[in-house]
Amino acid sequence: MIEVVNLSRYYGDFCAVEEVSFNIKDGEVVGFLGRNGAGKSTTLKVLAGLLTPSSGTVRIDGVDMTEAPTSFRKQIGYLPEDPPLYEDMSVGDFLRYVGSLRGLTAAAVEARLPEVLAKAQLGDRVDQLISELSHGYRKRVGIAQAIFHRPKLVILDEPTSGLDPAQLRGMRQVIKALAAESTVLISSHNLPEISQTCDRVLVLKRGRLVEEAHDIPDELATTVGGLAGGPARNHVSLTLRGQLDAVQALLTASPLVRGSTVKAVDGYVLAYVLLNEDAPEALIATLVAAGVGIRRVEDGLATQLEDAFLDLTAEQA
Amino acid sequence: MTAVLQIARRELGSYLNSWWGWVILALILLFDGLAFNVYAVGFAPKYSADVLEQFLEASTVTVMIGGVLLAMPTIARERSSGTLTLLQTSPVTEAQIVAGKYLGALSFLTLIKGLTIYMPALIEVNGKVSWAQIGAGYLGLFALGAAVVAIGTFASAISRNQLLAAVLGGSLVGVFILAWLVSRVSDPPLKSVFAYLALYDKHFQPFMRGRINTESLVYYASVAFGFLLLSTRALKARRWQ
Repeated sequence: MIEVVNLSRYYGDFCAVEEVSFNIKDGEVVGFLGRNGAGKSTTLKVLAGLLTPSSGTVRIDGVDMTEAPTSFRKQIGYLPEDPPLYEDMSVGDFLRYVGSLRGLTAAAVEARLPEVLAKAQLGDRVDQLISELSHGYRKRVGIAQAIFHRPKLVILDEPTSGLDPAQLRGMRQVIKALAAESTVLISSHNLPEISQTCDRVLVLKRGRLVEEAHDIPDELATTVGGLAGGPARNHVSLTLRGQLDAVQALLTASPLVRGSTVKAVDGYVLAYVLLNEDAPEALIATLVAAGVGIRRVEDGLATQLEDAFLDLTAEQA
Repeated sequence: MTAVLQIARRELGSYLNSWWGWVILALILLFDGLAFNVYAVGFAPKYSADVLEQFLEASTVTVMIGGVLLAMPTIARERSSGTLTLLQTSPVTEAQIVAGKYLGALSFLTLIKGLTIYMPALIEVNGKVSWAQIGAGYLGLFALGAAVVAIGTFASAISRNQLLAAVLGGSLVGVFILAWLVSRVSDPPLKSVFAYLALYDKHFQPFMRGRINTESLVYYASVAFGFLLLSTRALKARRWQ
């Protein structure tokens, strides 16, 4: 169990994190959301033991980070946004070094190495120099170093930033595999990514925790009056050309639709639709038959989550 | 202790895996070779003991410059490349990080200076050299190197990049050397204070002549310990920034 109580962190007079409190249960995968400057990275750095909190307490299974910092850090694996890697070392040598730094014996390091390489999908790169690796593989080596000593809590700061779609898919698999062994805290701007990987989300705004949603995306989406429930594939976001009232009437009358919200923006009708089943084609056929122009069809869940995120973190004018 | 040795081994490996380490090694050997042949042996007849004394005197230059240059990347490079985060989020203390880095740099400097031992041995070809004088001289070089590398490590701990660390480390070593000159123009009791602080003059010369001066060893150990302590404090302070 990870307990964070009234955590605050100042840089001089500037308060980066203010009175943040939350708990994370063993085995949970928790997402950390917030705009740039919201205090996400500072919070993660404090949790990783890199920065000392100005006030408040952080405990992992009762071990307090300020009272027993070395024991605390033994239970943490941390991957910053830019993986901390020694470019002149091979992947294998680097991981052996990390293992020994974290207190593992030489025999334990050799026993653990194949497991970690398999988890991070790095088996074929063990002898390659880190300087020769692509960005995606560097991220994986970063994850491998974070989990090498079997920490209680793995902290990943923007683990998917800068990855191409193929690397993103690989990274998603790696992160999901981590959950079997550790509690995972992920910070990301990639909202669909968070919704696919995390059990729960914490939203930070100007250093304060503004939202804690337990069922992603339903709770977070509901926060801004969106539609909740149903599998992700049943959520569709539509940009239409037509009359607002006519579209609303069509959607309300359609047996395909469980619920919808409709609004007019810049001459278009934006509709967020929750379908009864995974049948967006049938809905689109109905709309086209009624003379409504289809300009765009999107994954509704991603759009909804993004709206929720922007609403929650919006600055007051 | 294991963590200290692991960090030291990694540091030593980083010199051997980089062009930087080999360039410093080559330059020190080149300079020491020239100093031995041109300055120490020279072209006029000399006593063997004087040849050795002058070689050890010239060797202090490479110990001091080499010490600063080898200590320069120890912590500043980790900071600029982001790998200091790896160390500071591992279950090791700041003292262990500093000690490991320091031992790595000092080991490499010792290794390089160890490679020059054949030069004093060459004096045996045309003269007679005292191995006690060689031993005392190299002990003095090691003690001086230990102090200089500690000063350089401190400069590296408080600098954002390696260049700044080199300039700062060089300046600090320069101040400690110039304390000798300041002592010459000072009145008591400051005269003796500056004379004691001087890194080279009073403390190194006995070693050149084959005498092991305990007071000087204590001085070099104190300088090394003091700057390593400051380096540890500087790293700890980073967690509060």
